[in-house]
Amino acid sequence: MTKEPCTDFPRIAPIGLDGVIVQFGPALSEPANRAALAFRAAVERDPPDGVEEISTSLVSTYLRFDPLFLSLEALSADLEARLAHDDWYAAPLPEGRRLLRIPTVYGGDFGPQLDEAASAAGMNAEAAQLELSQARVRVNAIGFAPGQPYLGTLPEAWDIPRQAGLTPRVPEGALVVAIRQFVLFSVSAPTGWRQVGRTAAPLFRPESETPFLLRPGDEVVFDAVPADAWDRLSGDPKGGVTVEPLA
Amino acid sequence: MSVLEILQAGPGVTVQDDGRPGYMALGLSRGGAADRQALAEGAALLRQPVGTALELAGYGGRFRVDAPCRIALTGAPMRATLAGAPLAWNASHALPAGAVLEIGGALAGVYGYLTVGGGFDLPEDLGARSAHLNAGLGRLLEAGDRLPLGPDTGRETGLTLDPVDRFGGGVLRVLPSLQTGMFPEETRARFVEERFTRDSRGNRMGIRLKPEGQGYGLTEGQSIVSEVITPGDIQIPGDGAPYVLLYECQTTGGYPRIGTVIPADLPRVAQAAPGAELRFRFVSRDEALEAEAAFRRGLESIPVRPLVRDPADMPDLLSYELIDGVTAGEELS
Repeated sequence: MTKEPCTDFPRIAPIGLDGVIVQFGPALSEPANRAALAFRAAVERDPPDGVEEISTSLVSTYLRFDPLFLSLEALSADLEARLAHDDWYAAPLPEGRRLLRIPTVYGGDFGPQLDEAASAAGMNAEAAQLELSQARVRVNAIGFAPGQPYLGTLPEAWDIPRQAGLTPRVPEGALVVAIRQFVLFSVSAPTGWRQVGRTAAPLFRPESETPFLLRPGDEVVFDAVPADAWDRLSGDPKGGVTVEPLA
Repeated sequence: MSVLEILQAGPGVTVQDDGRPGYMALGLSRGGAADRQALAEGAALLRQPVGTALELAGYGGRFRVDAPCRIALTGAPMRATLAGAPLAWNASHALPAGAVLEIGGALAGVYGYLTVGGGFDLPEDLGARSAHLNAGLGRLLEAGDRLPLGPDTGRETGLTLDPVDRFGGGVLRVLPSLQTGMFPEETRARFVEERFTRDSRGNRMGIRLKPEGQGYGLTEGQSIVSEVITPGDIQIPGDGAPYVLLYECQTTGGYPRIGTVIPADLPRVAQAAPGAELRFRFVSRDEALEAEAAFRRGLESIPVRPLVRDPADMPDLLSYELIDGVTAGEELS
C-alpha cells in the first residue's frame, strides 16, 4: 500500500494497471497547470514506445500505456529523466494556442445566481459582471463531459466555495463559477457551482469537421452582451464566438 | 446491401465496438462494449475480427434480416428463438431471410450481445461506430431502425463456446489508486471483508454498490483536486457507497478513489445485475499483470467447438445444410 500524502512535486504515481500520472501540485495553481500542459506537449512530440494516449487534468499529465509491453518502472524512469531535464513550472505554454472571445449573457434568467455569487465574492452584481467579463482565463483542462472546459484563474475574490446543495440542472451553455474557476457546461447537468451566465458556444459538435471548440491551453474571454442578443447568438452555429491565434 | 431490421427493441439496445480511444484530453472517454469478453466471444464464434455488435442491456427485442446472414449470441444469457424455435446462447446460427429472431430478458447478468457476420456497415464517428450515450454520440436503437450489414466472408455456423463465468457477481481484483492511502487502515480492512450488493442504480458509466453497514465516506473527500478517471476506478462519493466506473465513465472526477478494479475483471463488474453480491480483493501489481496477460490470451484465442444439436429440437431438419464447406466459388475470391 502506498503511503500518502507525499509532499514532493512533481511526483509520478500509477493510476490503474495501464496508467501513470505526473502530478505537478496538490491543488490548482498557474505554474502546476502550465507544467502539466507543457510536459504533455513535450512527451507527445517524442512518446516512449508503448504509450497509447496522453492527456492532462488540472495539475497532471496522464499517460495510458500497454503494461505488458512497457513496464511501469521503465516508463517512470523515462519520465523522471524528462522531469529532471527542464523546469516545467516555468516552461513556455505549448504552441498552437488560441484566444477565443465567447459572447455571454450575464444575470437574469441566463445567470440566475449572479447576485448570490457576487455577494459570496464580496461585491455587487454589476461589479461582478464587470470583473468576470474582463477576466482573460486559460482552459486549464477539459473534462467530465466532451469539450467541457475548466477555466482559470479568476481574481482572488472568486475563491468562493461550491454551494452546499446541487442545482438540479443547468442548461447546456451555462457558465458557472467557484474556487477561482469557471466551468462552461457542454451538456445539461446538475452542479454544485453557481450559474452566472449563459453562452451559445458550440463546445462539442460530433457531426462537425472540428467537433471540439476548445483545447487545453487556449485562452478565453467571456464578453458581456445584452440579453436581447441571445436569439441571434443561439441561431448562430458558431454562437458568436471569434477565434484568433496566440503568438 | 442486406439489412438487419429492428422490429422491437428493449430499452438499452445500442451499437458497440472496442471503443474510441484518443479523445480523453478533450473530455471524451473510450466507451465501447460494457463486456469486452462478450464482444470477443461473438467475433470468435463467427471466426471474424472483433468489430461491432448490438449490445442488449437487460432485454433484447425482435429482429429480422432481408437476406440470409450469420449471427452469434453472447454475454448475459437471454431467451432466444428463431421463428418460434429455441436458439442456443453462446453459439452461432444461420438466420434465414425474413425469419424473426426474438431475444427476451436476461436470465443472468446484464448485457447480451448480438453479433452479425460481417458486422454492421455504419459510418465511423470520431474513429469508431459505438454509441456513447453520455456524450450524445449515436443513440438508443428503436423499432423501425435498419442497420446495413457488412460483407460476410465466413460461412460457418453452429459453433459454441464455454463462456467465462462472470454473470453472478463474485470477487473483483483491485489495485491501489491515488487516494487509497487517504482511507484509514481499518476502513480498507473493512472494504475487503464486506459483501456489497449491486444497487439498482447503474448504467454504461458505472454501477453503484450498497455496503452492508456504514459507508466509506472521507471527511476531507470534498477538497481533493479533480483528477483523471480510469475505467475500474472505485469512487467514494459523499453518501459513502462505492461507485465502480466502466468504459463510458466521465474523464475526470473529484471524488476520492479507494482502488481500481483491474481490466480483466471489468466484464464481471458490467455483468453484475442488481442484487448481485460483489467483494473486493487488493492484489499486487505482479498479480494484476499476470491477470492481464491471461485475460488478453483468453480474448485472442477463444476455443469454439461444434454445437451438438439434438435432432428432436430440429423440426425442419431437412432444411439444414448438412454438408458444410460447399461453396459456389465466388465467396472465396
